[in-house]
Amino acid sequence: MSRPVYLVTGGMSKFDRAFPDKRTEELCIDAFTEAAEFIGMTPYQLKKYIHSCYYGHFADHFGDQLLGEAVIHDRLGLDPLGNVGIKTGGATGGSTLWEAYKTVASGYSDCVLALGWERMDEVPTDEGNNYISCAADKDWETPLGHIYTGYYAVMAQKYWQVFGKEEDSFRRTLAEIAVKNKGYAVHNPHAQAPMRITVEDVLDSPMVAYPLRALDCCLMSVGSCAAILADEKTAFELTDNPLRVDVAAASHTLRPADRRPMEIPLLPSETREQYADLGQRFPGSDRYPGFTGFLAARMAAYYAYGMTGIHDPTEDLDLVELHDAFTISDMQTYEDIGIRPYGEGRTYVESGDCYHTNPRTGEPGKLPANISGGLIGCMHAVGATGIMQLIEVGHHLWNRWGEMHGEEKKWARFNRKKPADWQDLQVRGAKRGLAISHAGVGSHVTCTILQHPDHVLSGGTFK
Amino acid sequence: MSSAENRGTVQVVKNRYKPSGKFHFPSPNTPIRNEEGSLMGVTNPRDIVHMHAYGGESIFFESLSKGKLLATRCDNPDCEEGHGSIFQPFRIHCPDCLVKATVIDMTDTAKKTSRIHTFMITERTGAFNLLPRPLKFINVEFKGVSTILMGYLCMGEPEIGMKVIPIFNTKAPTYTILDLWWVPEGTGEDQLPENFTFE
Repeated sequence: MSRPVYLVTGGMSKFDRAFPDKRTEELCIDAFTEAAEFIGMTPYQLKKYIHSCYYGHFADHFGDQLLGEAVIHDRLGLDPLGNVGIKTGGATGGSTLWEAYKTVASGYSDCVLALGWERMDEVPTDEGNNYISCAADKDWETPLGHIYTGYYAVMAQKYWQVFGKEEDSFRRTLAEIAVKNKGYAVHNPHAQAPMRITVEDVLDSPMVAYPLRALDCCLMSVGSCAAILADEKTAFELTDNPLRVDVAAASHTLRPADRRPMEIPLLPSETREQYADLGQRFPGSDRYPGFTGFLAARMAAYYAYGMTGIHDPTEDLDLVELHDAFTISDMQTYEDIGIRPYGEGRTYVESGDCYHTNPRTGEPGKLPANISGGLIGCMHAVGATGIMQLIEVGHHLWNRWGEMHGEEKKWARFNRKKPADWQDLQVRGAKRGLAISHAGVGSHVTCTILQHPDHVLSGGTFK
Repeated sequence: MSSAENRGTVQVVKNRYKPSGKFHFPSPNTPIRNEEGSLMGVTNPRDIVHMHAYGGESIFFESLSKGKLLATRCDNPDCEEGHGSIFQPFRIHCPDCLVKATVIDMTDTAKKTSRIHTFMITERTGAFNLLPRPLKFINVEFKGVSTILMGYLCMGEPEIGMKVIPIFNTKAPTYTILDLWWVPEGTGEDQLPENFTFE
């Protein structure tokens, strides 16, 4: 891109299943206000810097409001600035950041607002499931049950048989992802569904779509997030501690395996030879892209790594926030973005590398994932999710995770009880992080890389 | 809220929609109050009949009612990537060259080569589901076809690699994808659900 882009600040509302006492704009203003206060400003002061606005809002039908972006823009008092609504399903938050990033990088605007929200509480859950399933092809897939979880369940089934070799131990590893993410949510005052659970609890939870159970699935949420991106000069005017940000995006089909098979595109740390015998090691894995991975995630990572110089994400990054819409899609993504090679995603969990503190060794996890609680434990207010992930990674790089999640006033303001055993999950010395925002069954994926300005990689081949 | 009586229907005459009957059924809002009786919001009921054009896919949905499974094939000799590829789900245009693809009848291929690529089973469905539960989604692969089709297995227990046969709602067609169901190989005609036939 033509000039570097910085994340200046970000803010989040409380997330919950329902807010009968709040209009959407109140949650958006909560998020924006937290972003302003994070850098010691008032909303009024921060607004003076903004030149363009991008609003992530996945579903008009959930909010029952066409052009909801105009309503929020008006309530934020940001007229007459230009604004655009972004809609890419589950990746809406990430795509909103992508647009903001390009707008700064191109030189069009020096300071941009990326704000997202979703209002998923104004219809019953089964209607919500129907609305989400409308993101599939309405002639070919939506009528088959009107339930989007089913589209991930078929992938879970295939992945379990091919890469999981039909082992019960694999199913337990999937469940462990939910245990971890629900457990991290316990320490996050914003989080909607903190739970202290076991693998058995996940495996005993109600079946949603075999083999996926209720605790394997993300939340249906309401809430908002706001981020401010700026060029270098503006960023350092606004704060002493902006973070370098790069965002890449990719796409694939609306349904899995809807293109002719192809060779696996390689990430910088991979070789063609390592996949030469993939089909022998994992019979049934010879179709790519198929039901076991997401081409869009791989390509988004490919572009982002090329833009930033990441060679091996496990070595070059300090933490990640992944789009754990379902435990299975979380694991598929480990492989798509090169945390593990194809077929070996489970080892990221089983090694303990994905934890803040590795439960096998008691040492810091090599690459902690979803300390926010993710979509399973924290929230999936779709248009805000990708922005939440970025802010959460930012809190670690700013070394302010403990402050932003431990403050007694925030727990009280959200009417939530801070646990007696609350832990500061700050990743010590975090310098670089990644967030994956994902839609459909991999129809859109963004990969956002955040780097501390003192530790920016030397740059990739796409510079 | 609404009555099926006089529910909207549509014809196309001279390439224009000619709706008749009722397409929307208004109902008054009702207040939403909390336990203290304070107003929190309102309900917004509505019942609407949409119209939807199948365009170049019309022949696919019409053919299901006649016991045929159509697909398309890219026959553009200049298509470097897609020439010869068969698409199921049916694609009006080749996704590579964007030339209109050739409609082919793949009913026999489906009867002889359909296998379950993957599957799932659910008791939970979203609003407006019309399929009997438990719902068994299967993703079906066909010999010589580039892509994979999602469908509904109406009997038997799915397994990856299992051979399945398409059946068609020829007696009371809905002209939707719900007219195409699947059964395990070896299922007899007398076992088929009401309104469904093998051809």
